[in-house]
Amino acid sequence: MTEEIIIAGFGGQGVLSMGKILAYGGVMQDKEVSWMPSYGPEMRGGTANVTVIISDERINSPILTQFDTAIILNQQSLDKFEKAVKVGGTLIYDPNGLTRLPERKDINIYAIDATEKASELGLAKIFNMIVLGGFLKIKPIVSDEFLRKGLEKSLPARHHNLIPENEKAIQLGKTLIKEIHKN
Amino acid sequence: MKELRLMKGNEAFAEAAIRAGADGYFGYPITPQSEVMEYLMAQKTEERTGMVTLQAESEIAAINMVYGGACCGKRVLTSSSSPGISLKQEGISYIAGAELPCVILNCVRGGPGLGTIQPSQSDYFQSTKGGGHGDYRLIVLAPASVQEMADFASLGFDLAFKYRNPVLILADGAIGQVMEKVELQPQQPRLTMDEIKKNTPWATVGRANGRERNFVTSLDLDSLRMEKHNHDLQAKYRQIEENEMRYEALQCDDADYIFVAYGTSSRLCQKAIQLAREEGIKVGLLRPITLFPFPKKPLEDLSKRVKGMLVVELSMGQMIEDVRLSVHDKIKVEHFGRAGGMIPSPHDIVDALKKQIIGG
Repeated sequence: MTEEIIIAGFGGQGVLSMGKILAYGGVMQDKEVSWMPSYGPEMRGGTANVTVIISDERINSPILTQFDTAIILNQQSLDKFEKAVKVGGTLIYDPNGLTRLPERKDINIYAIDATEKASELGLAKIFNMIVLGGFLKIKPIVSDEFLRKGLEKSLPARHHNLIPENEKAIQLGKTLIKEIHKN
Repeated sequence: MKELRLMKGNEAFAEAAIRAGADGYFGYPITPQSEVMEYLMAQKTEERTGMVTLQAESEIAAINMVYGGACCGKRVLTSSSSPGISLKQEGISYIAGAELPCVILNCVRGGPGLGTIQPSQSDYFQSTKGGGHGDYRLIVLAPASVQEMADFASLGFDLAFKYRNPVLILADGAIGQVMEKVELQPQQPRLTMDEIKKNTPWATVGRANGRERNFVTSLDLDSLRMEKHNHDLQAKYRQIEENEMRYEALQCDDADYIFVAYGTSSRLCQKAIQLAREEGIKVGLLRPITLFPFPKKPLEDLSKRVKGMLVVELSMGQMIEDVRLSVHDKIKVEHFGRAGGMIPSPHDIVDALKKQIIGG
């Protein structure tokens, strides 16, 4: 099993930390992982993305141009990465703020109303965990048990009281994601 | 007991330096390696092991602090990225001339000039052919993973002290920024003053107390003596070439073609190998781990049984010169790369192999 993922959105949406928690979950489950952030000028322009690879084998390149799954959280990222999903791959998007929806017919497309749900609950900070839950529903590559261990590892001890809330958001994401198009 | 962590390359290097018993880090921030000093500062190294972590007023000050610490037999290091490493070249030449040990990390970004902040490998010439003035060489280690960023911090100190020579760790923005699993070595205690006096009898450690005084300098106005010093340096470099050459050969046994690449490029090539072999093209990878000493012999041996080599670099073509010198024009050797912080896709690399080597 090798899952090559790009998570892309605005800075501040928790894109990098979502990737980090997923990667840590992978480490806890004894997988090979890599987490490669965008740190260049695009980051300074407000968009952020991270490539996460989780695999049973030694990972060759941490830098990729094609992905099994793209998790898309803003319009710029959709424009940039919709075409980077492998044929038969998966695209997950949050429709909030999108002016154009994904158009490809040769991939599987899912939507998750995470922004709306998070603001409805007044919990904007756990937005990214809702999205992560949605992803894990479609691609259960890291189990709940190991994801919890990943949360413990990636969050500083003073924030460990927030873990139950994060876990609830992950479960919420699993119920929220819906299929838009099946290849 | 092994300790497994998920870390950025820059952080792993910093943590491994602490654990290798480093006495001092002197640096000045620059993307993409600022996490090295950030991490050391956050670790409060002075409380943890007594290691000094100091942000100097400039790169030039930082390298001269390294020079000073190295004179005293201390395990000292610095890190920077391309433009900052250029500023340090005078100091590095002095340190090489005075035959002092230290570790220098260059997390290369696109150049020339201030360039970009994205990963690049365009400092190969500077790293392996001198860099500063004078006939000298650095031992150059090229990590291709976070694990090697950690491992080479301690290997770097070992080699630096074994040969009394600066060791350059030539990484790039991607290796510095990526997070991977890393296994860390246990903490090694910092050397005591008695141990330093015993291990490095040349060090300037204060009063001589009866022994002949130690004198550390790169200056000698007597040309004949300076020529002899140069011969001694060259003899040392030949010894390093004999003992310390390191490389990794992946899927070379049945290969018709070879990628030659180090650092981030070598990771891209591993993906390219997977893609090419799915199409039935038998290609392998020769990854130099030491860029000086360069793996001439393994390349020469491979050239006797493969049809061609593609040298993949994040530059306009620098290491290719050493590859060509190693294989003596016996087979086709071409370069493929992107510059300025751009990164080729593994598909581009396979296409280049087909176009420039197989079909060319």
